[in-house]
Amino acid sequence: MRLLAENLSAHRGEDLIFSNISFELKEGQALILTGRNGSGKSTLLRVMAGLLRPASGTISFWYDAARKAHNLGEVAHYLGHRNAMKTELTVRENLAFWKDFLRDAAGGTGYSVVDAARAVELEQVLHLPFGYLSAGQQRRMSFAKLLVGYRPVWIVDEPTAALDVSAEALLARLMREHQVRGGVILAATHQPLELLDVKRLEMKGFEFAAGDED
Amino acid sequence: MTALLLRDLKLSFRAGGGALIGILFFLTVVAVIPFGVGPDLNLLSRIGPAIVWIGALLAALLGLDRLFQADRDDGSLDLLLMQEHPLVLTILVKCLAHWLANVLPLVIASPLLGLFMNMSEVAIGAVMLTLLVGSPALAFIGAVGAAVAVTLPRGGLLVSILVLPLTIPVLIFGVSASYAAVEDPAPFLPPFLILVAITMFFAVIGPLGAALALRNAGD
Repeated sequence: MRLLAENLSAHRGEDLIFSNISFELKEGQALILTGRNGSGKSTLLRVMAGLLRPASGTISFWYDAARKAHNLGEVAHYLGHRNAMKTELTVRENLAFWKDFLRDAAGGTGYSVVDAARAVELEQVLHLPFGYLSAGQQRRMSFAKLLVGYRPVWIVDEPTAALDVSAEALLARLMREHQVRGGVILAATHQPLELLDVKRLEMKGFEFAAGDED
Repeated sequence: MTALLLRDLKLSFRAGGGALIGILFFLTVVAVIPFGVGPDLNLLSRIGPAIVWIGALLAALLGLDRLFQADRDDGSLDLLLMQEHPLVLTILVKCLAHWLANVLPLVIASPLLGLFMNMSEVAIGAVMLTLLVGSPALAFIGAVGAAVAVTLPRGGLLVSILVLPLTIPVLIFGVSASYAAVEDPAPFLPPFLILVAITMFFAVIGPLGAALALRNAGD
């Protein structure tokens, strides 16, 4: 499994947000984006997910030497600032819908709805409408969405927003488990997430600095 | 895809879904016409098919702006756009769910409103049939407008105005087929078949246009 981004740059309207960003991730690696507000972390993640068209550059994903994905978005989960869950439906209905709609990408199987809720330690609220949950519980449940359908790549934007310390540790553990199974993670975060085999990329607006770190 | 259809239907019928708003609007519009026009039964039955069609058209446009905006507001739209299955198919299913929840009830209510307008049984049947066949086109055309206006916070009226000119052919052939059923010399089949053709045409073009607009809405 190999994820390669070459010379990416992106505009928002007329403004250049970042330019010439390149990186490569292999099985089990994680890329952590840091940088001040407005430096382009979220924009880069949306470009990676295929939701924004890059002004230049290419993104490619190989399952193995021979097989290449059509685009990264279809083998990736994206967890943005918004939870992508319907407040009118119960948690179980939400997760069951996403499990059915997302299906599994090649190379793995997702958790059942109950197992995913158990993994984020919230199986007792499955029957409640999503809107009744607290902000932290909502965030954890939308993270459970990443577990119900298998995707090798997780693109997460501030996954630990609104979470307490123990929930933060819980999500970090789930992300590490994903890495152990061979998954790749791209995360933008201000919290020191403890992941395995981390590469860091500091977004500085126009310039950038990349380095390896374990 | 069935999951998406069921979810959208569930959302429309839960509190705040707005499936009832369209039908209430339809009832209101058609119910006040006899009061405005006066108790001339012949006149009412003559304009009846047109009034019922116009009422249904406007009511069908009412809930359109939420078609993609509700999904955009909570972030689901991002995930719908990312998937491997073709976006056109996803949009087709969303249109179908919108039609089933918001437009089909209008078709079912139309015979009752036909009675308000003193229409004959044949005219009522013809209006119901033409609405059943023509109204899916409204949902497909509306999807394009809804996709174009998805990033606008108050796009409701804009969607209706964008979409209305494109729906005129549906209205013309729907109404003329309904009249042809009751007025003798005019043949029923040609306008009815054109209506069928319009619906099938927009079933293909509508989701394609909407998919293009959503892909380029990127924000």
